[in-house]
Amino acid sequence: MHIPDGILSPTILAAGAAVSVVVLAKSVQESKKNLEQTAVPIMGVMAAFIFAAQMVNFPLLGAAASGHLIGGALAAYLFGFWPTTLIMTTVVTIQAVVFQDGGISVLGVNILNMAIIAPLAASVVYKLLRNSKVPVSIIVFIGGWVSVVVTATVAALQLGASHVVSYQLALQTLILWHAIIGVGEGLITGAVVPFARRSSFFLGGREERVR
Amino acid sequence: MKKRIFLWIAVSVFIAGAVSLLASEHPDGYEKAGEQLGFIDRATSYLHSPFPDYVIPGVDSWVSSSLAGIIGVALTFVIFLLLGKLAGKRR
Repeated sequence: MHIPDGILSPTILAAGAAVSVVVLAKSVQESKKNLEQTAVPIMGVMAAFIFAAQMVNFPLLGAAASGHLIGGALAAYLFGFWPTTLIMTTVVTIQAVVFQDGGISVLGVNILNMAIIAPLAASVVYKLLRNSKVPVSIIVFIGGWVSVVVTATVAALQLGASHVVSYQLALQTLILWHAIIGVGEGLITGAVVPFARRSSFFLGGREERVR
Repeated sequence: MKKRIFLWIAVSVFIAGAVSLLASEHPDGYEKAGEQLGFIDRATSYLHSPFPDYVIPGVDSWVSSSLAGIIGVALTFVIFLLLGKLAGKRR
């Protein structure tokens, strides 16, 4: 899902960067108000874990393609939306600057997609299912899957708006692949959340926090 | 809490330094779609990163990507700590 340089139009790159800057300014404002210093190392660990997990591309059976975790749904479940944007922005920025994974000119768009849209989509799922009787493992699976498919949809719209390829083709192809990759995201998120809960990796240590 | 943080860092180092060596080499979903629709040919890189594609230039073999992964984990943790200190509540 890391978009390289040279594909999207300058207008879309600028628009994506502008939206990301506005949202991240709000994230910093939120954390100045609410983020306890004691929570910082826990979030740092999760950032490092997500960086590591993203390196492990899993094969899509029967296809010459792979997928890897985004991690936005995982962090959003544990810490909520605003802190997650900071975690994911750190990961995506290091990947672009140090490892040339995701173009430097696309950094704003990649942050928008993976650090903002992905956790936002998952957070909406968590909010909707918060008072339901659905088990946590299913909720986070759905959150993971939805986060990937929504992010792919946005990435397809960015391609269409850049006149790289028609909206229809971009949507069809990206959503198809990511509907499959999303299953991996859901499974990994569902597998990791219980361990994180056991380590009390919740913001403020409150149990059953879904927001 | 210190112990748990150490444990998670150890797991992350193991994933980035060892498990990642088993990662699929196939293109990811976005690149695959780009191959099918023809737009991935336009991809380029405006920046020369120190460890492009998670390898250390000049170091051959699996050691290269293993080390790059471990460096990435350490860097991510440390940078987030600094950022969190700046962006978090004042004590």
